[in-house]
Amino acid sequence: MESLSNRKKVIEQKPMTFAERIYLPVILKGLAITFKHMFKKKATTFYPEELRPMSENWRGLHSLKRDENGKERCTACGLCALACPAEAITMIAAERKKGEEHLYREEKYAAVYEVNMLRCIFCGLCEEACPKEAIYLDGPFLEADYLRKDFIFGKDKLVEEPLKP
Amino acid sequence: MELSFVIEKFVLVTVIFLISLTIAAYSTLAERKIAAFLQGRVGPHRAGWGGMFQPLADGAKMFFKEEIIPTQSNPFLFIAGPSLALLTALIGSAVIPFGQALTIGDKVIPLQVADIDVGILYIFGVVSLGVYGIMIGGWASNNKFSLMGAVRAASQNISYEIGMGLSIIALLMVTGSLSLKTIAEQQSGFVNWNIWAQPLGFLVFITCAFAECNRTPFDLPESENELVGGYHTEYSGMKLGGFLFAEYINMFVSSAVMATLYFGGYNFPFMNDLGLSPNIITIIGVLFLFAKIFFFIFFFMWVRWTVPRFRYDQLMNLGWKVLIPLGIANIVLTGIWIVVKDIYFK
Repeated sequence: MESLSNRKKVIEQKPMTFAERIYLPVILKGLAITFKHMFKKKATTFYPEELRPMSENWRGLHSLKRDENGKERCTACGLCALACPAEAITMIAAERKKGEEHLYREEKYAAVYEVNMLRCIFCGLCEEACPKEAIYLDGPFLEADYLRKDFIFGKDKLVEEPLKP
Repeated sequence: MELSFVIEKFVLVTVIFLISLTIAAYSTLAERKIAAFLQGRVGPHRAGWGGMFQPLADGAKMFFKEEIIPTQSNPFLFIAGPSLALLTALIGSAVIPFGQALTIGDKVIPLQVADIDVGILYIFGVVSLGVYGIMIGGWASNNKFSLMGAVRAASQNISYEIGMGLSIIALLMVTGSLSLKTIAEQQSGFVNWNIWAQPLGFLVFITCAFAECNRTPFDLPESENELVGGYHTEYSGMKLGGFLFAEYINMFVSSAVMATLYFGGYNFPFMNDLGLSPNIITIIGVLFLFAKIFFFIFFFMWVRWTVPRFRYDQLMNLGWKVLIPLGIANIVLTGIWIVVKDIYFK
């Protein structure tokens, strides 16, 4: 039978020599190889003291951004909640009162904005959907916690950037 | 049977018991660290400096786990299995000479719990009893796969005992006594070690020791646990801990026996030429014995993470068709060598 490409290799099945049959020389060679590994550099990353390098597009925790004047960009339009495939985002909108112009950009803002981190899959669709460029996934890695209710991140707790940008 | 004798033996037994348990516990840590280093990673390093307290954490974890006893199993046998395994593993350490005698005041304290005339045979008897622990564990689990695993483990164990016995016979021809104390005493210095007299016997013995401890490459009883079942499938909590601990204590006792029979036990090179007091020689000898034991334990683990395991038929083939003829050939060669030595090198 002709072979299509010349890449096949015929394996030889010679009977084992005496040195091969007693397995001891091969075992000793294997032991030497394994022993050399003890002195090579270890591949372990000592998390959380060391962190593995992430790519530029890596998606971390959410943060709601502010504009140049320090006002919150989010207008509670709900597009991120609609886009989220895991239905992790919920919000309650409110109207901007007379003395609050320095806090919010437009007349509508999110009084309550909650992301359920246990549902979130960090896909970034909310970041793509936001028309105000308000939500970005540029935070750190999500840390572990004990209770389920502690994973629902509210506005003041962790979803917001610090007050002065 | 004076009181001082009883107290001395009691203290010695307690010390040896605690030492074997501690060494077995830290063997679990050593296994994980050595496995990690051989595989290019770092083992447990969070619990204490360098992972020192990891065995304590593991022990506490085992105690806190739920003790499940299958409904249809025999509860007495279920609890007796790991207990028997632990018991036979621990009593094997009673005849090992840990050092020459310590002289305190005018009392001479031998560092061996029981110097019986049939030392090696006692260890053999104890190792044979260890098979019962596995068989009872497999039977009491009320599980077909456990029973098959236990039957395979037991057949492996008894097949390799014969090879061990044959290499011991050759050793007996060289040393002339079964008592471990006499064998250790005859290996004073460095050139008198039995490894130079019996290299083939040592090879057969170490292969059979690997098989007796159920260590890779003969760990089919253990690997079946990952694959199908095995004699400790149904066990949880401290009973499982008992089986695993018994294996490490078996490793410790096997290493000690190998060090005593072939590598001179508590003897070290130039021991009589340094001009030290007998007590100091004893203490240094004990340290050397433990260094040899630790090297053997390291060797057990080194081989485990290097060599792939044998298939069951390859294992049986090796035990019956290779090691027994080798052992017999060793005996014949040793006999010929002794006769030739007597005639020509008087």
